[in-house]
Order: sequence, then C-alpha cells, then structure tokens
Amino acid sequence: MTITLFLPSADRGLRWLLRLSALLSAASLGGIVLVLLWRTGPFLWSQGGAVFASGWHPGAGEYGMAAMIAGSLLVSLLALAMAAPVAVTLAAWLRYYAPAALRRPTLILVELMAGIPSVVYGLWGLLVLVPWINRWAPPGASWLAGSLVLALMILPLALLVTDTALRQLPPTWSRAGEALALSRFGVLRRVLLPGAAPSILSGVVLQFGRALGETMAVLMVCGNVVQWPHSVFDPVRTLTANIALEMAYATGEHRVALFVSGLMLISVTAVLLTLAWRLRGHQHAPQ
Amino acid sequence: MHRSDRWAAVLGLIPWLLVVAPLTMMLAALWQQGQGVLSLAFLLEDPSRAGRAGGIASLLLSTGWILAVCLAVAVPVGLGCALFLSEEVRPGSATDRRLGFALDLLAATPSVVFGLFGYQFFAITLGLGFSILSGGLALSLMVLPLMIRSAEQALRGVPLSYRRAAEALAVSRWGWVRRVLLPNAASGIAVGVILSVGRALAETAVLLFTAGYVLRRPDSVFDSGRALSVHIYDMAMNVPGGTERAAATALVLVALLVLINLLIRRLVRRPFSGVVR
Amino acid sequence: MNILPEAAASPPSLTLEGVSVRYGERVAIQGANLSVASGELMALVGPSGCGKTSLLSAINRMADGLPGCRVSGSVHLDHQDAGALDRASLRRQVGMVFQQPNPFPLSVIDNLRFPLSEHGVPRRQRDALAERALRDVGLWDEVKDRLAQSALSLSGGQQQRLCIARTLVLAPRVLLLDEPCSALDPVSSRVVEELIGSLKGRYTLLMVTHNLAQARRLADTVTVCWVDGECGCVVESNTCEQVFQAPAHPITAAYCGGEVG
Repeated sequence: MTITLFLPSADRGLRWLLRLSALLSAASLGGIVLVLLWRTGPFLWSQGGAVFASGWHPGAGEYGMAAMIAGSLLVSLLALAMAAPVAVTLAAWLRYYAPAALRRPTLILVELMAGIPSVVYGLWGLLVLVPWINRWAPPGASWLAGSLVLALMILPLALLVTDTALRQLPPTWSRAGEALALSRFGVLRRVLLPGAAPSILSGVVLQFGRALGETMAVLMVCGNVVQWPHSVFDPVRTLTANIALEMAYATGEHRVALFVSGLMLISVTAVLLTLAWRLRGHQHAPQ
Repeated sequence: MHRSDRWAAVLGLIPWLLVVAPLTMMLAALWQQGQGVLSLAFLLEDPSRAGRAGGIASLLLSTGWILAVCLAVAVPVGLGCALFLSEEVRPGSATDRRLGFALDLLAATPSVVFGLFGYQFFAITLGLGFSILSGGLALSLMVLPLMIRSAEQALRGVPLSYRRAAEALAVSRWGWVRRVLLPNAASGIAVGVILSVGRALAETAVLLFTAGYVLRRPDSVFDSGRALSVHIYDMAMNVPGGTERAAATALVLVALLVLINLLIRRLVRRPFSGVVR
Repeated sequence: MNILPEAAASPPSLTLEGVSVRYGERVAIQGANLSVASGELMALVGPSGCGKTSLLSAINRMADGLPGCRVSGSVHLDHQDAGALDRASLRRQVGMVFQQPNPFPLSVIDNLRFPLSEHGVPRRQRDALAERALRDVGLWDEVKDRLAQSALSLSGGQQQRLCIARTLVLAPRVLLLDEPCSALDPVSSRVVEELIGSLKGRYTLLMVTHNLAQARRLADTVTVCWVDGECGCVVESNTCEQVFQAPAHPITAAYCGGEVG
C-alpha cells in the first residue's frame, strides 16, 4: 500500500465538503417542512380547525377534510389487516417449513413485487379488480378495491422485514428447541415470533405509513367520491388522491388547503416513524 | 414429525397462494392487454394522437433525462453524506440518530408531499416551471435517503483492519478515501445507485406536479417531459381507449425494473440463509 | 405413553461403532469407536477441530439438519439401535447441554413448562416436574421467588444450570454435554461441575471438554481425539487412570502431558 503524503488543506477541504453534503441532506427535510408551513401558516391560523369538518366544497370555501381523512385511514387499515397476517405467516412458513426449491424463487418474486410501481398495481386494479367487484356490487371502484390493491403493495416489504427479523434471532433458540425435540410450530409460536415481534411490528407500522401515503393506486381504483362510506363497496377519496386530482386546477385558498393536507400527511408519517423507531430501540430500519 | 408441524407445513400453502396467485394474474392480465401493442416500433416511435397511437420513444427520452438530473444530484450529495456518516460519525451517537431519523422521515414521506414541495419550491420559487429539471430535482430528494443508506452500508462494510493499517501509517484522510475506502466499497455504492434508479423509475405522483405531462420530445432540461410512470396513469385514467398502451408501457417499465433487479443480484450475489430444519 | 418414568431403571450404555461425520466433501471425524458404560461419565478430549462436537451432534441426530451432512456408523443405547428410533423419541432419551447457556427468552418457570407442554404432559403435573428438575440442579432455592422473572435475568452459571434442568425435566437417560463450563466464570464453573458429578450413576454422560484437569476430576473414562491429516479420529479410549498415567498411544501422552494441542 502506497503511503500518501499528509495534505492538510485537501483533508480540510474534504471534511467541509462532507459536512456540506450531510447538511444538505438534512436540510431537504427541513426545507420541505418549512415550505409547507410557510404556505399554510396564515390559513391554519385563521381557520385551521375547519379542515376537520365534513364538507369539502372548495368552490364555496369549505375545506372540511374529515371524510377524506377517514377515507385514507379506512383504506389503509383494511389493507394492513389483510396484508400483515399473510406476510408474517408466509415469511415464517418460508423460513421454517417450505422446501428450499420453493423458498428461493418465492423470495425473488416477492422482491420483484416490492419494486413494481404503484401505477402498475393501480392499472391492474382498474382493469381487472374494479370490473370484477362491479359484478357483485357496483360501482366497483371502492374502498375494498383500494384496500386490496394496497394490501398487495405493502405485503412484500412486510414479508421481507419479517424474514430479516427472524433471520437475526439467535440460532441457539432453534437449536435448543431441536435438542429438546420440540415442535417447530411450538417454538415459533412461543419463542421465535415473540422474539422477533418488535422488529416485525416496527416494519408493519412503517408499511402502514406507506399505505397512508400512497397516491396513484388508490387514485385509480377508489372511485374518488368525497363521502363517508357506509360499506366497503362504497367509493371513497383519500387525502393523497385529493391532492393529485385537484392540484392541477386549484387556486388561491383551495390550493393552500391542499398544502394543509400535505402537512397533515407528513406529520402523521413522522408520528408513525417515531413509533417504529421506539419499537426497534432507536435504530434505523434495515434496507 | 409433530402433528402441529405437519399441519403447519401444509396450511402454509394458503398464504403462499394468496401472494403468488394475484401477482401472476396481474402480470398475465397486463400481458394480455398490452402485448398486442408491444413491438420494437413501440419503443422507437413517438406517441401520437395524445398517446392513443404510436409508441413511447419520447417518453423514454424524457424519463432518461429526468433520471440523469436526479442522479446528478443524488449520487454526489448522497455519497458525500454517506462518507460523512462513515468517517465522522460514530454509530449510535446523537448525530447518527438524528441524521438517521431525518433520513428515514425523508424516505417515508409520501410522494405527493414531495410533489407539493417540488411544485412550490422548484417550479414556482426557483422559476423552473414544469420541467425535467424540476422533476429531476424533486426526485433526487426522494432517492437521497436510499442512496445514503446503501452507500453508508457499503462504506462501513470495509474491514476495520484496513482502517487501522492506514491510521498506523499516518495516511491522509483524502488518500485513505480515494485509494482504499472508495474502491473497496465501489460495488456496494453501485448497488445504491441502481436501487435509486429503480425507485426513481417507479415514482409518479411527484412528477405530476413538477415534470408535467408534455408528450413530445424535450429540447432541454427546461422543457416539460412525461415520464413512463406518468404516461401509464394518463393513458389509464384520462385517455379513453388508452388501456392497451398503458398496459404495454407498464410491461416495459416492469421489464426495466426486473433487469435492474437482476443487475443488483449480479453485483451483490447475496446468499440466501439456509432453511432451519 | 409414559415418557417420564418415575422409577430409575439403570441408564443405558452408549456405544458408538465406526461413526463418521462428513459435511459435503470435508470429513469432520472418521471411524469413531467408543463405549460409555451405564451411569459412567466419559470425557471426550482433544484439540479444536478434531470433530468432538460433530460426534456429539451425530448421536442425537442434531447434525442431520445441516446441509450436506452425512453420518455413517452405528449408535446403540444398550442393545437398541438408536438409528431405529424416530428423532423425537431419541431426543427424549438423549439430552443435550450446549456450551453457551441458551435459555429461551421466557420466564424461568416457562422455560421448563414449555418443553413439558410440547411433550404432552398434563398441566397439573408440569409445575411439580419443573420443581423437581430445579431441585436436581440445585437451583430451586435460588430461583423459587423469581420463577416468573425472565430467565435472561439469571447469572451465566444459573442460566447454564437452568438449561441442564430444562434437559433433565424430560427425564432423559443419556446426557451429551458440549463443553458445558467453558463459557462460565471459575466459580460458576465449579458449581456446574459439581452438579455434573452428582448426575453420574443416574445418567450416562458423554462430555466434551478442553479442560484436562476437569476431565481428571470428573471422568470415569476418557477418549482422546486427534486431527489426522484433514479429519478427526479417535486415538485412545480407556479408563481415566490409564489414559493419564499409562497412555498407550504417543499422541495421548503428548496431549495429556501438555506438550501438543
């Protein structure tokens, strides 16, 4: 290995460059929050509470987002309820029961699924899912359609997170179980899954956050009617879809209201992220 | 074998089917819709009649430009930040945690919010309007956390023994980074770049408000340009009779992403940990 | 089926004939022959890498799970071929204690209740059996007020004794111990050693150890392993006295005299 001469100026320059990069990265987040706050400040000050009302009639100056907040929450919660159990059980089954020939291709498939863009899921939902639901319960574009598509989207990462969590458990727990001739199911249920639970929960919380923030897929299959749904077959509009739909022609106060919903979204994300961090013991999530 | 294990082994096929079946059905449906339109001409022709006819050549060009702008910002800044983390910050320290949280939050922020910010800051405040530049810059913010994390992992993965040797020989920081650290971490950093490309290709909402919708070939980065993902959305939702082309574009996009995934696998050759029996 | 015999029938002898363990291409140990008489403790000594742990894993078929692993040769408990038993039955009769204490991340009492429930012991009997196992290892007085606390809150020596109790609670008759004291501090190590010594007679024990002095203190018979070329083999197997005072093989003399290994 060649010895490079000590060049204090180059080193100092490098250090400052590095510090700048780090600052820029952190500043982007600050910048986003600042811009949102700056745009929405006066509005929030004068009529902040009004956004939690029910009537969304921008033409008349009414910016009640309650129905859309509900739409976002309902669609995401149902998706989570469908995806999380499947993801966790499948991950455990793949690790401890599946034949090796099945495990590898399945995991590769799941990784591929994780990378498929949301528009593509939305397209499929629009082409196949919505008409199918329409046969049983028109109009088809609905809360259920949105949740089904979202469930497919969050499942891959939830599964991969569970797989990583199980992999990081001390292998001696499984071995002790084997030496005692315990059933693998018993050891999974009582020792392994509880041991991995904090990491799994943390990952699931993050995926819930992702579901809340999803735009394109729900935009394409949810029907986009601003209303409180009475059944899973009713169309809903999420906060995110609302921004995407109306931003193009919104002006003035209407536009500011959309920024407010953006602020809401990033705040909820921050809360969920804090929760996920707490669950993992203040470490960042593995990639 | 315990009875419970036998049940578990068999019942596990149910979640497996629940996952694999929809995915294959989805790809099959897209293929069915789009394959009639797919051809080399599709890739080489520009769209016409608002996208109802022709191909996606101009879109591929726009997408490429947007990616280029995105990477031109995200890779240097991301690498710089990753170097900062690996050289100056102790894992687990307060700085590490705070920066880590900020980056995680950036990574988790919804795409629309980036769209709003990009629109307000890049398009309006900086006066870039609907352009590839706006889109690329906004996108670079989105892939930055991913780039940083991957690069950081690669850098921290360089063996400690090399570092100790360099310290003992009083090698300068710049020399250490340039001659030992970066070359050793190069493949991991490349993976980070490729992952960022994958993420960037998949994004739509942020581009709706920044890069715009224009179908024709962009003349420069200041022109508006339509990315592949935005095209899929437009064809599916706004253009009657556009579903076939939407599906075809989706197939092209998925194919690109699969290629990227394979490329990553080549570079990393991640071993799958053994099954516990 | 009564898996937990009350009356102590005398424990079986353990006989290995021509046992070889390979992982893919690599042979860990070749042609091992040894015989532990009923109720005796045999120490398995030798330098690192001569296949002692592999040999233990072959006996209770823990090695079966590893990829590419093949075991040949025969293992007998008294006159019964261990290969004819199914794995669960085998592991109920042959218990294993690991080098690193590895209690489950459950409470102290649950560490014992869990294997019992898995093996179908009725709820009413579990606590009594758990208490008996804890008394057997001398832990009862130390933990009786902390039964609901996490097992990970115990000291290293206590955890290892808990692991032994967890193995004993299923009433095995043969015990395989893989360097049970090497991860413990000297005081805990002595306590565990005394415990192991007290188990002789009721169980047949095969213990891997690096500690020759420990082997001298505890073992009735000693088997010396060595690395011959690329793989391990058994060099000498005899009573403790013979091995240490009048070794038949030059390697034994050299190893036990501290000259090599």
